[in-house]
Amino acid sequence: MTQSIRPLPAIRIDAGGDGVQVLLSGDWTLRLLCPLPPDIQQQLDLAPSDAGWSLAGVTRLDSFGALLLWRRWGRRRPLQLDLPVALEPVLARAEALPADALPLEPGYRFLDGTAQLGRGVYAIARHVLGFVILVGHIVIGLGGLLRQRERWPLREISANFYKVGVRAMPVTALVGFLIGVVMSYLSALQLRAFGADVFIVNILGLGIIRELGPVLVSVLVAGRSGSAMTAQLGVMRVTEEIDALTAMGISRHVRLVLPKVVALTLAMPLLTLWGSAVAIFGGMVSANLQLDLSFDFFLNALPRAVPAANLVIGLSKGAVFGLLIALVACYFGLRVRPNTESLSANTTASVVASITVVILVDAVFAIATRSFGLPYR
Amino acid sequence: MSAFPVELKGVSTRFGRQWVHKGIDLAVPAGEVVALVGGSGSGKTTLLRQMVGLLTPDEGELRVFGEPLFSGSRQMQLARRRRFGMLFQHGALFSAFNVFDNIAFPLREFGVVDEGLLRDLVLLKLAMVELEPEVARRMPAELSGGMVKRVALARALALEPELLLLDEPTAGLDPDLSAAFVALIRSLHQALGLTVILVTHDLDTLAALATRVAVLSAGRILAFGTLDDIMNVQDPFIERFFHGIRSQAALARGQGAG
Repeated sequence: MTQSIRPLPAIRIDAGGDGVQVLLSGDWTLRLLCPLPPDIQQQLDLAPSDAGWSLAGVTRLDSFGALLLWRRWGRRRPLQLDLPVALEPVLARAEALPADALPLEPGYRFLDGTAQLGRGVYAIARHVLGFVILVGHIVIGLGGLLRQRERWPLREISANFYKVGVRAMPVTALVGFLIGVVMSYLSALQLRAFGADVFIVNILGLGIIRELGPVLVSVLVAGRSGSAMTAQLGVMRVTEEIDALTAMGISRHVRLVLPKVVALTLAMPLLTLWGSAVAIFGGMVSANLQLDLSFDFFLNALPRAVPAANLVIGLSKGAVFGLLIALVACYFGLRVRPNTESLSANTTASVVASITVVILVDAVFAIATRSFGLPYR
Repeated sequence: MSAFPVELKGVSTRFGRQWVHKGIDLAVPAGEVVALVGGSGSGKTTLLRQMVGLLTPDEGELRVFGEPLFSGSRQMQLARRRRFGMLFQHGALFSAFNVFDNIAFPLREFGVVDEGLLRDLVLLKLAMVELEPEVARRMPAELSGGMVKRVALARALALEPELLLLDEPTAGLDPDLSAAFVALIRSLHQALGLTVILVTHDLDTLAALATRVAVLSAGRILAFGTLDDIMNVQDPFIERFFHGIRSQAALARGQGAG
C-alpha cells in the first residue's frame, strides 16, 4: 500500500532547561489519527498547559489534525509555538473558526410536547381541508370536461384501468382463494359439531359477498395500487414533471388525478366481484373436501341463502372504496415535497389513511344497509 | 503518494453494441488539475464514473493510487475509496439529512465520534467552501443551486481526499456564481495540494482551472497537454471546439481571470 510509507504521527515531551517542549512529528492527518492512537492521546493529555509546542517535524497537517491540536490548546495559540510556514494556512483556517458558531438545539421540554399535540390537531384539519380542495379541483375539472367531450383523458383512464384492475387479478385471486379455504375450514369444524353443515353456504356467501370481499380487495388494492399512485405522483413532483405540466397549461387534476380516480372506481367493483367469486370457489372446494357438500348443492343453495341485494351492496362498496383509495393516494402524492424522506412518509401515510378510511366507511355502510339483504330477521 | 493517482491503460467501454471508449490511455499526474473535454456523448462522465468504481470498463486496466480499484481486502478497498472525493453534477446531497448531517455523514462513517470535534470539522468545511455556519441547519431542498454545489464540495472534502473528481462543477450556475465556484476550487487546490479531475463543457471553467487538458473524441484521447499545447494540435474536432469565435472569447476571459 502506498499509504503505509507515510510517517506515522508521533509526540514526544521534552523537559529541557528552558521549560517543557512538546515535539510533534510525522503526518497529523485524519487517516492516521482516527481513531486516535492511545499513546498519542495519553501524551497529549500529559503535556502541561504552559508547554512550548514544536511542529517542526510535522510532515503533513490536515484540517482534522489542526483542529485536534487547536482544541487541545483551548482555542488559542500556545505562547511558544514553532510552526513551519507551510503549515501556517492550515492552522489559520482552524483559528478563523468561531468558537460558538452553531449553538446546540435546546432539548425536549414539556411545552414542546403540548405544541406537538397542537400541531397534530392542526395537521388533521389541514389534511381535511386539503382533501376537500382536491375534490373541488376534480369536480371543477369534470365540469370543464362536460363541455368539451373530446378532452376526456380516455387513453390515460384505459392505461390506469389495466394497471390497477387487470394486473391486480392474480394476487386478488390467490389471496381470495386462500381466505375462502381458511374460512370454510374453520367454520366447518364448528358447524359439524352442531350438525349444521348446510349453513356453511350462508356463512360463506353472506360473509364474503357482503363484507369480506370488498374489504379484503380494498386492503390489497390500497397496498398495491394506492401506494404506487402516491409514489408515482411523488416522483413526478420531485422531478418537476408536475410543474412542467402546469407550465404547459395542463391541469394536473384532469390529466393525472382524474384518470386514476375514474379507473379505480370502475375497476374496484369488478375486482371485488372477481375476488369474491374466487373466495367462494375456495370455500366451496374446502366444504366439498371436509363436509362432502357437492358443488351442485352449494351452487343451488347460494342464491337462496344470499339475497341479490347483498351483491349490490358488495359491489357498491367496492366502487366507493375504490374512489376513496384513489383520492387519498393522489392527495398524498401531490403533497410530496422534493426529498426522499417526504416521499416515504407520504407513501406510508397514503396506505395507512386509505385502509383506515375504507374501514370507517365500511362501518357506515354496515349501519346504513342494516335493513337490506339479510334473510333471517 | 504515487506520482499518478489515476492511470488508465487501454480502457474500453461499450454500451450494448456501441463502443464508447476504444483503448484510452491516460496518466493523471499528482497535483494537477486535469480537465476531460469532448463532445456530448463522448463518454467523459462514463470515464469519471469508472474512476470511482460506479462502472467497470469492459476491457483495459484502471489504477487508482497505483493499484487496481477493486484489489486487496475489503478494508483496503474501503481505505482506497476514502482517499478520493467526488462532486456529482447535481450535488447528490442526501435529501433526508440537513446540511450539517450531510457533511458529518462520511466523518461519522469513518469513525469520528467526538461530537465537539465533529461540529468543528463540519463548520471548518463549511467555512472552506465560504458558507455561513447558519446554513448547517437547512435542508438540501431549501438551498439554491450554487449552495448545493458548495455543500456537496464540502462533503466531498470531508475525508481530506488526495484526489477530487468533479462532474460538471459549473453546470447550471450563472456566470457570476460559476466564476466564484471556480475561484473556490482553485484556492482549495492550491491550499490542499489536491489532484483534481474534472469533466466540463464550459470553456470558461476549463481555461481558468485546468493545468492539463485531455480531449476525448471518437473513443480515444485525442490529445493530452496544457491548454496551449492543445490549441496547437491540428485536428478538426479541436478546431471546432476551441477555435470558434465564442470559444476564443471565453478562453480569453478565463485566462484573464486566471
